[in-house]
Amino acid sequence: MLKNRIIPCLDVKNGRVVKGINFVDLKDAGDPVEQAKIYSDGGADEICFLDITASNEKRDTIYDVVKKTSKKCFVPLTVGGGVRSVEDINKLLNCGADKVSINTAAVENSKVVIDSSKKFGSQCIVVAIDAKKDGDKWEVFTHGGRNNSGIDALEYAEKMENNGAGELLVTSMDRDGTQVGYDIELMSKISSRVNIPVIASGGVGNLDHLVDGIKLGKASAVLAASIFHYGKHSVKEAKEYMDSKGIPVRI
Amino acid sequence: MNVTIVDYKSGNISSVINSFEEVAKDKVNIEVTSDLNKIKSSDKVVLPGQGSFKSCVEALNNINGLTDILNEFAITNKKPLLGICVGLQMFADIGYEETETKGLGWISGKVQKIDNQNGKYKLPHIGWNQINVVKESKIFKDIKNKSHMYFVHSYEFIPGDKNVISATTDYSSNIVCSVEKENIFGTQFHPEKSDKLGLKILENFIKI
Repeated sequence: MLKNRIIPCLDVKNGRVVKGINFVDLKDAGDPVEQAKIYSDGGADEICFLDITASNEKRDTIYDVVKKTSKKCFVPLTVGGGVRSVEDINKLLNCGADKVSINTAAVENSKVVIDSSKKFGSQCIVVAIDAKKDGDKWEVFTHGGRNNSGIDALEYAEKMENNGAGELLVTSMDRDGTQVGYDIELMSKISSRVNIPVIASGGVGNLDHLVDGIKLGKASAVLAASIFHYGKHSVKEAKEYMDSKGIPVRI
Repeated sequence: MNVTIVDYKSGNISSVINSFEEVAKDKVNIEVTSDLNKIKSSDKVVLPGQGSFKSCVEALNNINGLTDILNEFAITNKKPLLGICVGLQMFADIGYEETETKGLGWISGKVQKIDNQNGKYKLPHIGWNQINVVKESKIFKDIKNKSHMYFVHSYEFIPGDKNVISATTDYSSNIVCSVEKENIFGTQFHPEKSDKLGLKILENFIKI
């Protein structure tokens, strides 16, 4: 039976791990390579690096981080943040990333998703959707949550599936950093709309939220950062808890 | 000993390289190349594969003489060869991804899209799934039945002769996830991404 995945996410800035609250208020919390190794040894099903300031600053540091991590961690590694082109994707894959997540570039130029999934295969193309609720719909935001594209998130999700995305990483902008739980309605609506796996992100504050993301949000995988990162819970604890709630996980 | 990872310019093989280097330590020489002479003189060959069946077969065919050398290595000389993911799928006679494409024809059978039961199951089949070991395989030494391995694929290999199947996994149907036919080995899952147990499989292959 296929297991639901738990994916710790490390926000990386200038080669160091940070985690923002609503994308600001950054705290330095360690070396990404060591952190990733701790997670993979602890049973993380995948590791995700998000290069949060990549759009604005020199991003060569992330290549070095990915290179070092991929020589130490033998679980899938997803890298995102500031990925603009097929060439950026190629570089990250060559450094040892297994999947690359594309956010702003996918909104601005759908050819990036079409071309890269053709060139490298859908299995390594993750489209990251940052969505914010507006009335009874959700809109897609770009540039780390700063710009509203005005695009309907559900329609966009379906379009990205058709363009060749292998997975969708859906983050609720309203919930990110709040620790009040995933936007379950958003997750379940997108998951029902597409036939590719959805990774739920944004808002995890306790282990029940992870359970809800799978059970109610219909996500295939749950991504979380601070809940693991500051030692509140280990990945192992999270898995044992999810298992006790009847969710299939790899233990 | 020389183990050659065939670099035929299709998809991302850095994880395959990293994991073999981790397992090989300094005892085994890991070569990453499309050089025909190097492949020919190698003790073992690894055939990775990412992307579509069609794009991988085309990439193999794009390197002049490569399929002939692989045929000689695996079929004539019967030296150990491991196919991973689409590398395994290409053993088949034929694949149906994108368009009908001829495979290497080493293990009779076809590669077709996994039946998602009208959307009931998500595709790709991504994540950790348990393997049902159905026959002893040299690459499964010290690997317990029901071990978790990492999968990412939308197409499955359906061999004509079921005796080649060494493991299956349960998703929307019972999917073939490992084969062994004499000197030819293949895994649909990614041992290079399956943590310690996956590395053990690679080590087993090196030790054959």
